[in-house]
Amino acid sequence: MARVVLQQITKTFQNQKVVKGLNLVIPDGSFTVLVGPSGCGKSTTLRMIAGLETATDGEIFIGSQSVNALPPGKRDVAMVFQNYALYPTMNVYDNIAYGLRNRGTSKKDCDVLVKEIAEIVGLADFLKRKPSQLSGGQRQRVALARAMVKKPKVFLMDEPLSNLDAKLRNQMRVELTSLHKQLGSTFIYVTHDQVEAMTMGDQIVVMSDGNIMQVAAPMDLYQEPENLFVAQFIGSPPMNIVPAEGRSDQLWGFRPEKAVLLPASVSPVSAEEMWTAKGQIVSREILGSDTLFHVETEKGRVIVKTETEEIGQYGSNVTVTVAKPHVYIFDRVSGKKVGRLAERGQVSALAGGVN
Amino acid sequence: MRKAATAHELPDTGQVRAQAASRPTSRPDMMTRLRPYLYLTPAMICFILFFFYPIGSIIYLSFQDWSLINLEAMEWVGLQNYTELVADQEFQQVLTNTLVFTFATVGISLAISFLLALWLNKKAKMYGIIQATVFSPHIISFVSVSMLWMWLMDPQFGLLNAVLEAVGLPGYTWLTDPSSALLSLILVNVWKGVGYNTLIFIAGLQSIPGDIYEAAALDRSPWWRTLTRITIPMLSPTMFFLFIINMISSSHAFDTIAIMTQGGPINSSNMLVYYIYEQGMDYYNGGFAAAASVILLLIVGVLTALYFLFMSKRVHYR
Ligand SMILES: Nc1ncnc2c1ncn2[C@@H]1O[C@H](COP(=O)(O)OP(=O)(O)OP(=O)(O)O)[C@@H](O)[C@H]1O
Ligand SMILES: [Mg+2]
Repeated sequence: MARVVLQQITKTFQNQKVVKGLNLVIPDGSFTVLVGPSGCGKSTTLRMIAGLETATDGEIFIGSQSVNALPPGKRDVAMVFQNYALYPTMNVYDNIAYGLRNRGTSKKDCDVLVKEIAEIVGLADFLKRKPSQLSGGQRQRVALARAMVKKPKVFLMDEPLSNLDAKLRNQMRVELTSLHKQLGSTFIYVTHDQVEAMTMGDQIVVMSDGNIMQVAAPMDLYQEPENLFVAQFIGSPPMNIVPAEGRSDQLWGFRPEKAVLLPASVSPVSAEEMWTAKGQIVSREILGSDTLFHVETEKGRVIVKTETEEIGQYGSNVTVTVAKPHVYIFDRVSGKKVGRLAERGQVSALAGGVN
Repeated sequence: MRKAATAHELPDTGQVRAQAASRPTSRPDMMTRLRPYLYLTPAMICFILFFFYPIGSIIYLSFQDWSLINLEAMEWVGLQNYTELVADQEFQQVLTNTLVFTFATVGISLAISFLLALWLNKKAKMYGIIQATVFSPHIISFVSVSMLWMWLMDPQFGLLNAVLEAVGLPGYTWLTDPSSALLSLILVNVWKGVGYNTLIFIAGLQSIPGDIYEAAALDRSPWWRTLTRITIPMLSPTMFFLFIINMISSSHAFDTIAIMTQGGPINSSNMLVYYIYEQGMDYYNGGFAAAASVILLLIVGVLTALYFLFMSKRVHYR
């Protein structure tokens, strides 16, 4: 158990800065997810924490100890690699036991620990097999068991689920979360999948181009994005961005699920409390219980998410309305969030209490 | 998944069957059964002509008393060539020399190549240059290599002794002494073979995924355990391959012997292939030459089979 602190961490590959002075506190026992588009430096950051990559600049602490000078094996971390990196020549038992034996655990203790872990991850019947004789999901479990058996202070995982099919991925997601609760150790988890990030993490670090864009809990990230990047990265489909009315130095944004469609003939009640735009529906995607409308409005193209049950009501000419508390204001140049068009509590009664 | 696949295959097979049925063949059964053999015939003829026939005739010739100058006077003598050979002191020495030379050359060469490969398996330019240098003897012919080393090992004018004397050591006899000639030949053959073996070893090392080593580092694996538990097992197919081809080529050594020592002094560096050549070409004793060839074939065959038997269980193929 330990918290991890990054201070001004920088990584340069061949004169190219890929991680640009990160400052980050990962609390003890948290499930922290690093998320961001491909190539933004997530893996590099994780590998620097593991000690597989040396930081060009800055300092890394695990617990209260600076680990910059420590080799990977001495940092008391365990890592699950994207393609598992199991030892192909060893059977499952030896794969799990290898790290223990290197720590000088006796053969007998080792045997007990390996069998115990194998039971937990459901590998008890496969201990004699080589990794090449296992399915993807089973290999994934071996990789997990190999990390768990060492009882590390910090678990590092680099897209450990990306090689699994959708069903198994969902199942492993749940298992990892409950595993985290059981062990209570610090998890640092890299993914580029925002659903994975939102469902598993209790602290999410959004990265872009070697910088941290925002650190927050999943709900805060969704409700209070600090900047345009986070607003458009988190949430599916992304936030709609439209020009601000009356100010050219700002942009306005609102989530597709907060917008309401009205038939063009109906004029919105309390128009002062609303952002409105007239437009035409250009296409629609039925996702199941929800449906996405792509609307070409006078103020730009926007996406509106509604319940599928309601789609019958609309002709092709519609008015898009959004309650002002749901409209975010961003600075056009810096992308920083300035605020909302109206305070939340103030108008929610008028908007029908929709949050 | 599987169901879908068969559903896709069904129409295909149906089509093929329909075509076969509509083809006007008088004896479809005979044709379908014979066709594979027909396709194989050209290859089989080549195989019989160039592999089975020579081996068969060498075995046949090893039971005859004959010589190249008078092929008509061939006489069946049964196992006499073999019994005489086995009892012959010179042949016993040749056999011992061959085994010592083969195992020493292969052992030393593979050990040096493996260590070199471990050292050279890095990205920097310098290592590429060293690797190219080490490889260069491989592309020089054995004749040139032999000439070069004869000069290097010359007792009076050679570079090796000059170096030894410069550092205050006595000169060495190299090729001119029965106690050192075989050793000198081993040295030359190791020198020539190391480059190729190193290259193959490096290729093998580079095919090992790097993240396994990262996992080992996180598992606190000490370097020697990483070597014995990860690198060597992962490299075992390469080692297996190199051992076999090195053993076969070393046991067939000829050029260096013919040029540098002619098997001497006093037979101390003579080996099977050179002995066969001597018997057949110099002493016109075709029966001995053929019998010795069969013995060489047996030795290499048995060694290879043994190696496959014992090692293949331990070799890890990915
Ligand atoms: N060993 C290396 N040498 C040079 N450049 C590298 C190296 N490793 C990573 N990079 C570069 O660093 C940047 C960040 O890479 P990184 O692997 O951290 O991205 P990532 O966020 O993990 O992306 P992904 O989601 O695709 O895995 C990329 O532009 C990549 O090209
Ligand atoms: Mg990555």
